[in-house]
Amino acid sequence: MKIYRYLTITLGSALMLISCGQQNQSSNGALSSSAAEKVYVAPGEQDEYYAFLSGGYSGNLTVYGLPSGRMFKEIPVFSQFPTSGYGYSEETKPMLNTSHGFVPWDDAHHPDISQTNGELDGRWIFINGNNTPRIARISLSTFETEEIIEVPNSAGNHSSSFITENTEYVVAGTRFAVPVPQRDMPINEYKGNFKGALTFISVAPETGEMDIKFQLLMPGFNYDLSHPGRGKSHGWFFFTTYNTEEANSLLEVNASQNDKDFIAAINWKKIEEYVNNGGGTKIPANYAHNVYEEETHTGTTTMKKEVLTVDPTKVPGAVYFLPTPKSPHGCDVDPTGEYIIGNGKLSADLTVHSFDKMLAAIEGEKFDGEAYGIPILKFEDIMAGQVKSGGLGPLHTEFDGKGNAYTTFFISSEVVKWKLGTWEVIDRKPTYYSVGHLMIPGGNSRKPFGKYVVAMNKITKDRYLPTGPEMEHSAQLYDISGDKMELIYDFPTHGEPHYAAGCPAELLAPKSKKIYRLDENKHPYAVTTADGSKVVRDGNEVHVYMSMIRSHFTPDNIEGIKVGDKVYFHITNHEQDFDVPHGFTILGQNTSELLIMPGQTKTSVWEPKQVGVWPFYCTDFCSALHQEMQGYVRVSPANSNIELKWSLGE
Amino acid sequence: MKKASILMILGPLFLLGLYIFPLWNIMLGAPQYPDPLGLNIHISGLRGVNEFDIQNIDGLNHYIGMHTLPKPEDMWEFGTFPMIIGFMVAFGVLIGILGYLQKVSYQWFFGWFILMSILGILGMYDFNEWLVDYGTNLDPNAIMKLTNPDGTPMTYKPPLLGHVKMLNFDVTSLPSTGAWLMFVGMMLTLTAGYLGWKSTKTQ
Ligand SMILES: [Cu+2]
Repeated sequence: MKIYRYLTITLGSALMLISCGQQNQSSNGALSSSAAEKVYVAPGEQDEYYAFLSGGYSGNLTVYGLPSGRMFKEIPVFSQFPTSGYGYSEETKPMLNTSHGFVPWDDAHHPDISQTNGELDGRWIFINGNNTPRIARISLSTFETEEIIEVPNSAGNHSSSFITENTEYVVAGTRFAVPVPQRDMPINEYKGNFKGALTFISVAPETGEMDIKFQLLMPGFNYDLSHPGRGKSHGWFFFTTYNTEEANSLLEVNASQNDKDFIAAINWKKIEEYVNNGGGTKIPANYAHNVYEEETHTGTTTMKKEVLTVDPTKVPGAVYFLPTPKSPHGCDVDPTGEYIIGNGKLSADLTVHSFDKMLAAIEGEKFDGEAYGIPILKFEDIMAGQVKSGGLGPLHTEFDGKGNAYTTFFISSEVVKWKLGTWEVIDRKPTYYSVGHLMIPGGNSRKPFGKYVVAMNKITKDRYLPTGPEMEHSAQLYDISGDKMELIYDFPTHGEPHYAAGCPAELLAPKSKKIYRLDENKHPYAVTTADGSKVVRDGNEVHVYMSMIRSHFTPDNIEGIKVGDKVYFHITNHEQDFDVPHGFTILGQNTSELLIMPGQTKTSVWEPKQVGVWPFYCTDFCSALHQEMQGYVRVSPANSNIELKWSLGE
Repeated sequence: MKKASILMILGPLFLLGLYIFPLWNIMLGAPQYPDPLGLNIHISGLRGVNEFDIQNIDGLNHYIGMHTLPKPEDMWEFGTFPMIIGFMVAFGVLIGILGYLQKVSYQWFFGWFILMSILGILGMYDFNEWLVDYGTNLDPNAIMKLTNPDGTPMTYKPPLLGHVKMLNFDVTSLPSTGAWLMFVGMMLTLTAGYLGWKSTKTQ
């Protein structure tokens, strides 16, 4: 017993010594500043970087500042958002239309900022909806979702939404293979019959408008993550796969049998050329294309009926498989475009492929068989090196632009820094806990800004004050400007961030929109002068053309509404002052409030079911007289003959 | 006298700047307006420094019962001032030409300067009267009625010149480009008068 105690004490103090030693290392002398100073952004000061974190199951995108970790905004994308009325207002409901009807939720995974010549250009940010496959484009001047395109023949839209280096394409790779086209068939006939669609969506250079250019119908593996080539590998796209076994049940065992799965290397330029020359097969499809017009403040849905598919075996030299151990998750390309890193999530090591070696192997036609007609390259021929990390469960790698790579290890909860080319591990730091992806601003480009890394952790317990059984997830910020990483901050994140994109503040802040111009408002129901307000009956539909300004609505008294009417409040905010929205809600309405930005028009539908005099009011504390910003609607019985009447100041 | 006359022709032309540049500028800054709101006073009307400043100043002022800022058609001054300036420019140039042609003496130069100065002072007086009215003629139904520590109703007259603290706003009122051009032009005519006087004395 005594011996045990003695041992414990000795071990304990040894551990303490080690940890003290480490602490001393990280704070080397009087010159280095404290972590607090590094993340402190004084009142009135602004952050250095924007960070956009996906919300996972929140369906949204959150905007943070780095290094402060302050959350600035939540941008609704794939989920209804009662805060602003997104997905509830008549103008934004079309944004959530799909071929399955109105789908007011999705699982938002991987944001990616638009690029020009491989560098972030800050025009748009794209993000994928995983569950009902969709890709969204968000404006980085209004920070609003401008477009959502549904992806047919796809399921679990996971290896998305990564973009090529001139934003030529945003990809939507399917995680789940499914029958294409969808049909009624036995599930256990999956193998050989299901397909994995890799969808290349073109982006119009001026407007950003998306259009499915082609779908590559790949063998029915699970396409997990992807990254574009860049620099010399521009024109290629790389997708990790798992379940190359094509199992359809108990995948945790059955999809983990092969020692190696593949990275699918796709020469999209070759396929583009094939398609431009009339190649591919148009097949019937049904998918929604939702576009939000800034001038009309209104979204519209167009159902598309056709999609161009490409059989990879019909385009020789366009698709190859790179064997990669073991069920790789992340698939990351370094800033030079030479190294393709496969993070085998069931392995301890990272496998790095060489783009040059890959080209040489293709040139020499040194294949190791084929899968469904697609050549498999020889592992030994294409491998550049392996990082023997000693960690467990590598997931995702980003780069600092100085020749170093940073990989997250989910199982061993750590970030590992290693050197490209020598494959030696330089540093490793624990995360708290179970880190998924990490992000270096500009990480998915040719020019990373290698000052910070943000680790997105899945489990938060004991880091913050407990809030019942559920905690928000957590991000951790590391300073990576020195040789060693330094953990400098923890901050909670909303939803389940899967991936993030970041960029320097000066790229976005100067062009961020402050108001919508009232004189550019082309909403069909806008009233751009207060004397244009009116109420119009059309059968049992009543359209209220309403304006709002500090601190009243015009009109503020409405009579002549009847039970059974469908009342459309079309409300225009007449403010032309930065950050002065007004809100609107009415008692008993079955949707949400609206939050209407200066110069914007939004519409809320109200179907009164009971007679009475019902108040409406402004929900955003807009001014000293905010509390007075209110009005009444008189609702009469369905058979009454009270005339429509509206007024202000009478 | 030739040199003097050329200056006399040149001087009034500087007043043309008033058709382009503002005469006066009033800036209103507050913590919640890190980019201050601003008012440029032109001879033909008021304009915001930034596009929507007038609307936003009116929006703030309505709480304390100030009237909305006048549109050009609301004040006779904005119709009359451009005419007066136009007349003074034409008149001054004419005097200069007549001086050049030896038809009028340098006294006319001084005469123009004195007339312009009187008009200028009248203009300032009128402008100040408007500021007084704008800042004190408050809507009796104003939402907020504030009083000074001595119990008298608070007024909101912006300063004619200089800075004053008004509630949470820092209000700064200064001559602007147009006024400076006018000042330079008037100095030129004064110099013209002086040179004319000197040349007649040496003759
Ligand atoms: Cu309001």
